[in-house]
Amino acid sequence: MEKTVPGDETKLVSNHVLGNAALSTKKERLGDPKLSTAGNRILTCAGEEKRVGTRTVFVGHRPVSETDVYVEQKFCDNRIVSSKYTVWNFLPKNLFEQFRRIANFYFLIIFLVQVIVDTPTSPVTSGLPLFFVIIVTAIKQGYEDWLRHRADKEVNKSSVFMVENAKQVKKHSEKIKVGDIVEVKADETFPCDLIFLASSNDDGICYVTTASLDGESNFKTYYAVRDTTGLRTDDGIDSLTAAIECEQPQPDLYKFVGRINIYRSNQEPVARSLGPENLLLKGSTLKNTKKIYGVAVYTGMETKMALNYQGKSQKRSAVEKSINAFLIVYLCILVSKATVCTTLKYIWQSNPFNDEPWYNQKTIKERDTFKILRMFTDFLSFMVLFNFIIPVSMYVTVEMQKFLGSFFIAWDKEMYDEEIKEGALVNTSDLNEELGQVEYVFTDKTGTLTENSMKFIECCIDGHKYKEGISEVDGFSHTDGPSKYYGKAEKCREELFLRALCLCHTVQIKEGDNVDGLIVNQECSTYIASSPDEIALVKGAKKYGFTFLGHEADCMKVQNQKNEIEKYQLLHVLNFDPVRRRMSVIVKTSTGKFLLFCKGADSSIFPRVQQDEIQQTKVHVERNAMDGYRTLCVAFKELTQEDYKKIDEQLSEAKMALQDREEKMARIFDDIETDMHLIGATAVEDRSWTVSQEYGLIIDGSTLSLIFNPSQDSSSSNYKSIFLQICLKCTAVLCCRMAPLQKAQIVRMVKNTKGNPITLSIGDGANDVSMILEAHHPVNRSPYLCHSGIKGKEGRQAARNSDYAVPRFKHLRKLLLAHGHLYYVRIAHLVQYFFYKNLCFILPQFLYQFFCGFSQQPLYDAAYLTMYNICFTSLPILAYSLLEQHINIETLTSDPRLYMKISDNAMLQWKPFLYWTCLGAFEGLVFFFGVYFLFQNSSLEDNGKVFGNWTFGTIVFTILVFTVTLKLALDTRFWTWMNHFVIWGSLAFYVFFSFFWGGIIWQVSFFFQPFLKQQRMYFVFAHMVTSVSTWLAIVLLIFISLFPEILLVVFKNAKRKNHQTVPFNLPMLLSYKPMENGYISEMKIEDAVTNLTQRCHLRIPQMQQL
Amino acid sequence: MAAASPCAEPAARNKPDNTAFTQQRLPAWQPLLSAGTALPLFFCVGLACLALGLGLHFSSDTIRELELDYTGAPGSGHNCSRCGNASLAGAGACTCSLRFELPERFPGPVCLYYQLSNYYQNHRRYSVSRDDRQLSGDASGLSNPATECSPFRTDPQGIPIAPCGAIANSLFNDTFALYHLANGTFHPVPLDNRGISWWTDSNIKFSNPELVNGSLEAAFKGTAKPPNWPHAAYMLDTGNPNNTGFINEDFIVWMRTAALPTFRKLYRRVREGNFSSGLPQGTYRLDITYNYPVLSFQGTKKVIFSTVSWMGGKNPFLGIVYLVFGSACILTGFVMLAVHIKFQKQNQMDVE
Repeated sequence: MEKTVPGDETKLVSNHVLGNAALSTKKERLGDPKLSTAGNRILTCAGEEKRVGTRTVFVGHRPVSETDVYVEQKFCDNRIVSSKYTVWNFLPKNLFEQFRRIANFYFLIIFLVQVIVDTPTSPVTSGLPLFFVIIVTAIKQGYEDWLRHRADKEVNKSSVFMVENAKQVKKHSEKIKVGDIVEVKADETFPCDLIFLASSNDDGICYVTTASLDGESNFKTYYAVRDTTGLRTDDGIDSLTAAIECEQPQPDLYKFVGRINIYRSNQEPVARSLGPENLLLKGSTLKNTKKIYGVAVYTGMETKMALNYQGKSQKRSAVEKSINAFLIVYLCILVSKATVCTTLKYIWQSNPFNDEPWYNQKTIKERDTFKILRMFTDFLSFMVLFNFIIPVSMYVTVEMQKFLGSFFIAWDKEMYDEEIKEGALVNTSDLNEELGQVEYVFTDKTGTLTENSMKFIECCIDGHKYKEGISEVDGFSHTDGPSKYYGKAEKCREELFLRALCLCHTVQIKEGDNVDGLIVNQECSTYIASSPDEIALVKGAKKYGFTFLGHEADCMKVQNQKNEIEKYQLLHVLNFDPVRRRMSVIVKTSTGKFLLFCKGADSSIFPRVQQDEIQQTKVHVERNAMDGYRTLCVAFKELTQEDYKKIDEQLSEAKMALQDREEKMARIFDDIETDMHLIGATAVEDRSWTVSQEYGLIIDGSTLSLIFNPSQDSSSSNYKSIFLQICLKCTAVLCCRMAPLQKAQIVRMVKNTKGNPITLSIGDGANDVSMILEAHHPVNRSPYLCHSGIKGKEGRQAARNSDYAVPRFKHLRKLLLAHGHLYYVRIAHLVQYFFYKNLCFILPQFLYQFFCGFSQQPLYDAAYLTMYNICFTSLPILAYSLLEQHINIETLTSDPRLYMKISDNAMLQWKPFLYWTCLGAFEGLVFFFGVYFLFQNSSLEDNGKVFGNWTFGTIVFTILVFTVTLKLALDTRFWTWMNHFVIWGSLAFYVFFSFFWGGIIWQVSFFFQPFLKQQRMYFVFAHMVTSVSTWLAIVLLIFISLFPEILLVVFKNAKRKNHQTVPFNLPMLLSYKPMENGYISEMKIEDAVTNLTQRCHLRIPQMQQL
Repeated sequence: MAAASPCAEPAARNKPDNTAFTQQRLPAWQPLLSAGTALPLFFCVGLACLALGLGLHFSSDTIRELELDYTGAPGSGHNCSRCGNASLAGAGACTCSLRFELPERFPGPVCLYYQLSNYYQNHRRYSVSRDDRQLSGDASGLSNPATECSPFRTDPQGIPIAPCGAIANSLFNDTFALYHLANGTFHPVPLDNRGISWWTDSNIKFSNPELVNGSLEAAFKGTAKPPNWPHAAYMLDTGNPNNTGFINEDFIVWMRTAALPTFRKLYRRVREGNFSSGLPQGTYRLDITYNYPVLSFQGTKKVIFSTVSWMGGKNPFLGIVYLVFGSACILTGFVMLAVHIKFQKQNQMDVE
């Protein structure tokens, strides 16, 4: 295994492939319908390059020549529509979407059955809760859509300046059409996707930050086509006659191919290629440039930003999957109950004296109905009678819990960062509980675990080591002599190496800070680069005497050790890409020599240099890599004039290609970067991060690619599973020098292992987009990069693509260990409790069928049936699910072992589900048969009067309400005043309501008709409470129902108490892996980064940024 | 497209409030049901249950109850077999009498119940077959009974039935007269039919339609009697205008549908005259007007004499369960105590 860490060149370009991969994954996964309609010309996935159709844009809507017929294509306008509904379609569309949810649909069916068939309970009993749920959801969604409408309006009505007939015209953003020339000033955002034509700078360069698109906060350089850079005024730009041919819109932010044909009077049109570096994306912001002109090519919903934001997928959490599984079980219970009852009913009725005794005759209609139809309606009636077993209110409560509960994350002041004045941010409350379930953390090393500030450490030239510090004073050539082990390289090689460092990069110098064109300000802020590594290298070279002074026209200026200025004409930049993992520049020296400098990862350089040069450098590179430095190898090659000419032609040709441009370019690059000479290697330290020797596994990108893309022979496909097994055994896996796509592959690999573990991806922006999308539970650290200048709104925009954002990596600890744990416990308990309380609610009703001739007689009054879930038992569990802290937050945060206790969705496995179900069944049996035996003698009042069936049901119901509420009280570990209020309040409300409901002869109005056809509850409750026996029975049955639970709790606590006496003195652990013997194995990673990484107490396959 | 997180953004923009609620630090009571707290609880609850159970058991034991089956199933050789056969054959009224001994004195007030079995008053079709609006004396309910009453809503001529519905139609119509043998002759025991229904039922929920010219009969004009009834509702108790029509207490008792297929309903109380202190030991005769057919659906009929206490009628169930539960609590308490002590010893050893 090679142990170098790759160079840092051109993070910008590395994003390209990454973004591509990410978007294709996204598209494949979502199958986004909107995407395909918006770009129905895109025939294949974004990941592939073949797409049909181009668009021709006439700059300024001017026909390019009199002879050509001017046919302007129709494009959509620049209006952004992110809202889902309009006033007119809100009701039907929203209702349709709501009833697409399986639960709502189920209740709709039940409701319709109740309306159509003669069922034991009135339609209102299920219609009312459903109505309530639908209304609440509709209001919430309507409000959110209204906010979207407002945001759209703000965007669409913002004013932009356009150039029309050599004049500036101010218009609304939505009025921009494809072909319009738009002027954008500094710090403004681009209103649509523009082809960059000219800027206020002479050189046709502008700087842009795309933070709001992909989270990349650094400045990126965009270039105008050479032929239009001079058109720096309104008049000038208006004189341009040109047509742009480009591909149809596609969502990949980093891909664009096009061609501009510039027509000048009486001249052959000039064709220039256009690439992503010419396309200014909507949503990004112009920086450090006074103004630019651009022509709109993609507008409105066809901009890359719009294509990317469409169709955010709804994420399904593991809890939801459990709910659905439980739901199926309960549906089975429901159907089997109904089937059993229907069957038994007809068996029972086969005795004529049971079917129709003289006192209970059927109506003519009943007699005339076909038996099959009767059986069917009976089945439906039983379904309706028992349908309360599926808790409609659970969905509402879960939604509310998630929505309200997520505020606690945003409110947490411990996760608030004073420096950037940001707290945590929750974008997806759907996944709160998943934070308590994370098994694998994937984190980007650079910038996430580290502060992302790079420092040049050392280099080696021809195998000789040069360490900074020693040479700082004396200069490069005066190191304290060759050390014992390392000789000193020849002077000319040293200089060549340093020139290579000065030339082979994409660093820019910020304009205006340059004094006299001579001395570059010592502060780093004057260097602008897409990656801090590049700056570190340039600064490193400076320390050794070679200073990069910036670009002047085509030339790069370098100040050498003798303070002379050397000029090199920059001919070509062979950009970095993560497949090649290297970059090159071709320069022409003042003496007319053509030189190619290349730097890149050792694995990509070594095969391309003279083999005899490798050995001595390799030692250094590996040593440095082991020390955790990011290493790069530097090579060069001299080109002859003829060679260069050939290369130049090839490159220009490839750049013009509209089809497969990137492949062609890559092929040419490959050809060029051969037979080079290795000069040396560099090592850069990413501060506050040093790698220890105690990782479980270190693997690099090239090895990974062998694992993931085995050659044809099938035997090597085992590598992946072997690698996976090793990974899963390790505490931490460090993957270095990975292509961004490989990050996604790693995440996918782990995710697809047995049991589909929940993963958490952490990153700081677009570099991890593929990973973020891959790990179905991404946490995006909001960009806290103190030198990036990203604060406030832009940073938030970058964090918006994530599900959660926290200001600092260290907040992960509380987010997972405290918030995640609590959310999981709360919601798991909520779900189990809901199923439980509905089981013991409906079971007595089922049992009652055996004693009423399977006649679908409800045990409880309709009001009780309806209000049980809505009023009597809803608030305590909601309060519990918001406030419960079964363990103190401090304890949770300090003891990661507790986190492991709930891993693997422990509280929602079949075992606990079975426990709750058994508990519910037991209690249901106790309720029913307790009262059944009590009613063996129904004269329970001291005056000998008897109770009827409604009293029977009310007694059962009273026991039920008290038991399930007290069961929750037993489970509550954290009694705030709110818990007291809702628990005792609910019980009091039940009693109050029962008195009230039975205390009045209700005037039968239309609305209450279904409830009040009979005054059957009249004074039933009041009579019930006058009976001492009933009181005693209620108290006893509540006790009996809770007895097993109390026993269990007490024994558990006895055990726990026993545990607590074990001295509680944990070392700072990094990993707690469940082992066979039940507890933990400790693996220490290292102390140097304890402050940061002790937060990740889990297995962390570390991902290193390229 | 700034709509991704409309709700969360304002919260993130401002510094979070430092309140106990937002920081999840509300003062809270954090009870831990440990063995230490649970042990006394178990013993206390156990003892209390035992005490209550004993009380209940004792009370239930002091309640005297006598059941007399008078179904008269064919071949049972029962005195009422004749009537049973007659009812199976569909013949009219029949009387039979039962002679029985009270082995001991029944202290008053003694309640007289009738008990039916295999009778599904809680059958849905049956239990909805009534019109509470009509029974509350509503005029429109009288002229237009609820559809639930069907097939006992109107008579074949279309005249509305009052009281409508299957429950009313199947009103229990056996009557009982009790005689005590004293000095060689049977003396009638006065049976009180007042106060056998819930007060709220007979006084509020049920009421007769408004009298027309002071006549209840006129008020019921335009209605038909339930088909199984011998008379119209206003003739239920001709002697007592406060106990006739819809407010007849036997009727009201019957209209409170029973919870289970075997049920008893209060028929009369013995609390007047010489028997106000109870029924003395001795021989009695019960004369039964056997009207109500139960053999057709394999039901049984019983008459029950029972005394009552504070806990109502005889109910051994509660006492037994209290005793069992109380013992279980105490037993568990001891087990837990043992476990607790064991753990404590272990812990001490661990500490040492």
